[in-house]
Amino acid sequence: MLSLTVNGETRRFQAPLDVAGLVTQLELDPRKVAIERNLAIVPRSAYGATRLEEGDRIEIVTFVGGG
Amino acid sequence: MDGGEPMTEDSWTVAGRVFRSRLIVGTGKYKDYAINAAAAEAAGAEIVTVALRRVNLSDSSQPLLSDFVRPDRFTYLPNTAGCFTGEEAVRTLRLAREAGGWDLVKLEVLSRTAHLLPDMEETLRALKMLVAEGFQVMVYCTDDPVFAVKLEEAGAAAIMPAAAPIGSGLGVQNKLNLHFIIEQAKVPVLVDAGVGVASHAAEAMEMGCDAVLMNTAIAEARDPIRMARAMKHAVIAGREAFLAGRMPKRLYAEPSSPMSGLI
Repeated sequence: MLSLTVNGETRRFQAPLDVAGLVTQLELDPRKVAIERNLAIVPRSAYGATRLEEGDRIEIVTFVGGG
Repeated sequence: MDGGEPMTEDSWTVAGRVFRSRLIVGTGKYKDYAINAAAAEAAGAEIVTVALRRVNLSDSSQPLLSDFVRPDRFTYLPNTAGCFTGEEAVRTLRLAREAGGWDLVKLEVLSRTAHLLPDMEETLRALKMLVAEGFQVMVYCTDDPVFAVKLEEAGAAAIMPAAAPIGSGLGVQNKLNLHFIIEQAKVPVLVDAGVGVASHAAEAMEMGCDAVLMNTAIAEARDPIRMARAMKHAVIAGREAFLAGRMPKRLYAEPSSPMSGLI
């Protein structure tokens, strides 16, 4: 198992897991989000090549209404 | 037809991008995204401001802004609302750039106060950091003409002074300062925040602003779509009045009918 902090919540996933797999498991549309892993941007093109590690802090954001 | 450039030829340019609409609208505070999208259409807006927030992981079926206010229809202008330091602003806008590929952004670094006016020292620092990373930065700022020059020298793509505090709806509070800022700027000047009614938007445009940015005035109107339309007309009216050039001010009356040939 792999323990990650995603958007501030601790969640457990089956290892191994890459960012593309995380997006699929969370049922997100990869075209509509941006992802940060341990404060570094993960480019969309690198989702499949970015293996997640125990304790990684992941932020997944999208656009919402704002002024 | 006598006189006057057709309005369609009147455009403004920010960071090399040309826009015809001079009304930028926010996408916050609406009852739902459908009304938001209809209001943005009614405003004739080409640019909408957007915020960046964590996705809702517990319910991925929640409606997304981009499904209603579509990024292929409107230019998204990501903001840094909620950021109080340069580092937070850079982090937020890096994510925004990754989410949508936009490098045209709105920097707002607010003070932790009831009036939410910008922290200009931190705003200037954040601006320099963002410019170094290749962002084109439209800067929300106080109506201080001296700081406006510093922002421009630091590479701001547009200067966006508050007319009045965010969401206050009070209109332009310091016309003299706004006048100085417009007169000295070589980049576009937009009134951002504080507009409440159509006459406020018209006044800002009459003074020579390049565009107006507003959110609450439309979102909190009883009929947001109708208010969006009113604001569209107000901005056009103000712009046309500015281009037309106003009559001179006089202290005393000047009759409109001839004084000769009276019976």
